[in-house]
Amino acid sequence: MVCEHCKERDAVVHLTQIVESAVTQLHLCEKCAAAKGIETTVAVPKHPLGDFLHAVQQQAAPAAGDQVRCAYCETTLRDFRASGRLGCAQCYTAFEGALRELLRRVHGAAQHTGRAYEAPVPATVARDGALDTLRNRLQQAVAAEEFETAATLRDQIRALE
Amino acid sequence: MTLDLSLLPDGGMPWITASGPHADIVLSSRVRLARNVAGFAFSPRARDGERLRVLQQVRDAAGHSELLARAVLLRVDEMSVNERRLLHERHLVSKELAELDSPNARSGAAVLVADEAALMVNEEDHLRLQVFRSGFDIRGAWERASRADRDLGDILPLAYHREFGFLTSCPTNVGTGLRASVLVHLPGLVLTQEVGKVLSGLQQMGLTYRGLYGEGSEVVGNYFQISNQTTLGRGEDELCDHLSRVVSHVVSREDEARRVLIRDAGYIIEDKLWRAYGTLRYARSLSVDEAMNLLSGVRLAVGLKLVSGLSVYTLNKLLVFSQLAHLSLAEGRPLTESEASLARARYVRGVLAEEAGPA
Repeated sequence: MVCEHCKERDAVVHLTQIVESAVTQLHLCEKCAAAKGIETTVAVPKHPLGDFLHAVQQQAAPAAGDQVRCAYCETTLRDFRASGRLGCAQCYTAFEGALRELLRRVHGAAQHTGRAYEAPVPATVARDGALDTLRNRLQQAVAAEEFETAATLRDQIRALE
Repeated sequence: MTLDLSLLPDGGMPWITASGPHADIVLSSRVRLARNVAGFAFSPRARDGERLRVLQQVRDAAGHSELLARAVLLRVDEMSVNERRLLHERHLVSKELAELDSPNARSGAAVLVADEAALMVNEEDHLRLQVFRSGFDIRGAWERASRADRDLGDILPLAYHREFGFLTSCPTNVGTGLRASVLVHLPGLVLTQEVGKVLSGLQQMGLTYRGLYGEGSEVVGNYFQISNQTTLGRGEDELCDHLSRVVSHVVSREDEARRVLIRDAGYIIEDKLWRAYGTLRYARSLSVDEAMNLLSGVRLAVGLKLVSGLSVYTLNKLLVFSQLAHLSLAEGRPLTESEASLARARYVRGVLAEEAGPA
């Protein structure tokens, strides 16, 4: 199916809208969907993995540990072992033990000795981060039909905006 | 969009001038720093909207960096495959960011190009800052990269962990996030069959090598990219100094190999190099690998002062401009491989006739 907007790329986003009991369907490609502000996809990393991934897979670990999930981006230790890529900064905390072991093998050390860094926390950046989280939770609440939670979240988002 | 290369200072290739130290052997020195903005998933995992916000924040922060303030923003996500390939041929974007096998690069993919730096945005890490220098000058590249990194980090909150350092999508880059590399031309060591020993020595010293286009690229034309392999557990200065020391040793080994070649096999080498030059001047079709290999021969001939009237700058230019996307741009349409072979031979003949004069 071709994207209804650009009529070039394949439609991968199928959006059903209900406006005053009239049902309309939109079929868009990822790019046009993004241009309309519809966030749907979590891209899957594609990489030549090479020696590093081999090292990751060689590393024996208890299978139960593979289920550990990063609360922020939902990457699991199993996903990491398959792709060799972490999903976000919080993954380093979520998988700390396994990573420390791996870093020792790959780098011969697990302690950073280079430049130390302290992040600035400008108000706008903190606000953008909070807005992101709230918007995600709103989407989840709507999907789960938790309308009271959604209304509260919507109010919080409006207040921040 | 049509990519306007005149917008790019030096076309984004400050190293092409061959004005730096040892430029006959070391084409360029580069320092790359990988950084991520706190509060967003890493680019491959992030949503389209998040990547666009990262891009906006990086653009704003770049305005506060002396190195990047006047940079030109190129939206890789709005480019055709050929335009992306062109940036890749100039080493301004990685294969990952260019996504040459895909009709579209990921949304938010961009590069800020300044006089001596290219800042990739939304590669596998949010920021990949690269600083280039002509010739052998790791120290110069590191000092500039470090300053720009501090400027950016003063504005953007970067993902950092007290134990693991700067956090990156792939744990092979974590810690300093620093990859220092030099692009060296080692025909002397290849011809004297010493290169194997030198390369295995590199690996024992914590360094690694790749081809002209980095990770996953083959070694063609005797060009090797030598870089540090690990990024964690050693400081930035130590990593750069170690690479500089080892490369300086490799450069003197190459010099020595060239002296041996001329002393023991002078006329054979001279004949071989003049034949390479002759082929480039008169061939009607050249594949990219053949052109690279012949240009390697001519570069050696210029280094040995066998050929005069041809500058290293011209050879650097030929190396980049004889590639597929550059030829396509010059012809004004995408070329097939066989069309490119004809266009390549025509282009090389033209440049050599103009700059080297009669053979």
